[in-house]
Amino acid sequence: MASSIRVRATANGDITEVQALIQHPMDTGFVKDAKGELIPAHYIQQLKFECNGKDVFVADWGTAVSKDPYVKFSFKGAKKGDDLKVSWTDNKGGSDTITAKIS
Amino acid sequence: MTTLPGPTATRRLILQGAASVALLGLGNLPFGAAPARAAANDKYPEEAFKQKSEADAIKALYGQTAEPSDKVKLDAPEIAENGGVVPISVTTTLDKVTSISFFVAENPSALAASYTIPEGTIPAVANRLKMAKTTNVVAIVEADGKLYSATKEVKVTVGGCGG
Repeated sequence: MASSIRVRATANGDITEVQALIQHPMDTGFVKDAKGELIPAHYIQQLKFECNGKDVFVADWGTAVSKDPYVKFSFKGAKKGDDLKVSWTDNKGGSDTITAKIS
Repeated sequence: MTTLPGPTATRRLILQGAASVALLGLGNLPFGAAPARAAANDKYPEEAFKQKSEADAIKALYGQTAEPSDKVKLDAPEIAENGGVVPISVTTTLDKVTSISFFVAENPSALAASYTIPEGTIPAVANRLKMAKTTNVVAIVEADGKLYSATKEVKVTVGGCGG
């Protein structure tokens, strides 16, 4: 299965800009399905970005983050070719990880 | 839960519950007094996400209140046609930023997202949030142990919490 995480990290001088898009339903637990039954909450709780053995960005999410979440941030101290590890865990114990090269 | 063997067991359970609540309560105090949420403590803030009102959520997450600051720039649309996907971003010129959080005042639970900003990371985040209806979006920036906020009202034409 293709990874649920799509990430693009581009270094421009000392600053690396990271954009990540994750495929996840982010169900709030308030929405009903076609049969009128509540869809249980299913959402990413924590998303982590690590570079050179250090956390560079940690997101704690609730159900109010949109479906297929997108996030963008920048950090210093990395260069082209460095690895950026992205991982998430959700409230049902699901998780995914990807390692991207900074370009 | 299955049937319990007798009243003693029930009582023990209740006592255990009370004890853990008391422990939690005590545990919160030092966090409230110290410079808010320690950056190293990256445990998921379950309690803060459960709070309904914005004030309670801020209190549960940081243990203090925020003051409005023009150094926090919150960028959100005036009108969101689809409350399910509202692009919201925040930037700040403040120094020593350790975290940035987003609150949507009238969502079922106010805290939407909280980001830890370690040293070396630029204090700016863009993301997309759900909004149940027209309400205030509040961004909170934790810098040097203090909280600064920016608020903006976003009009929502179709809410993000229905079908």
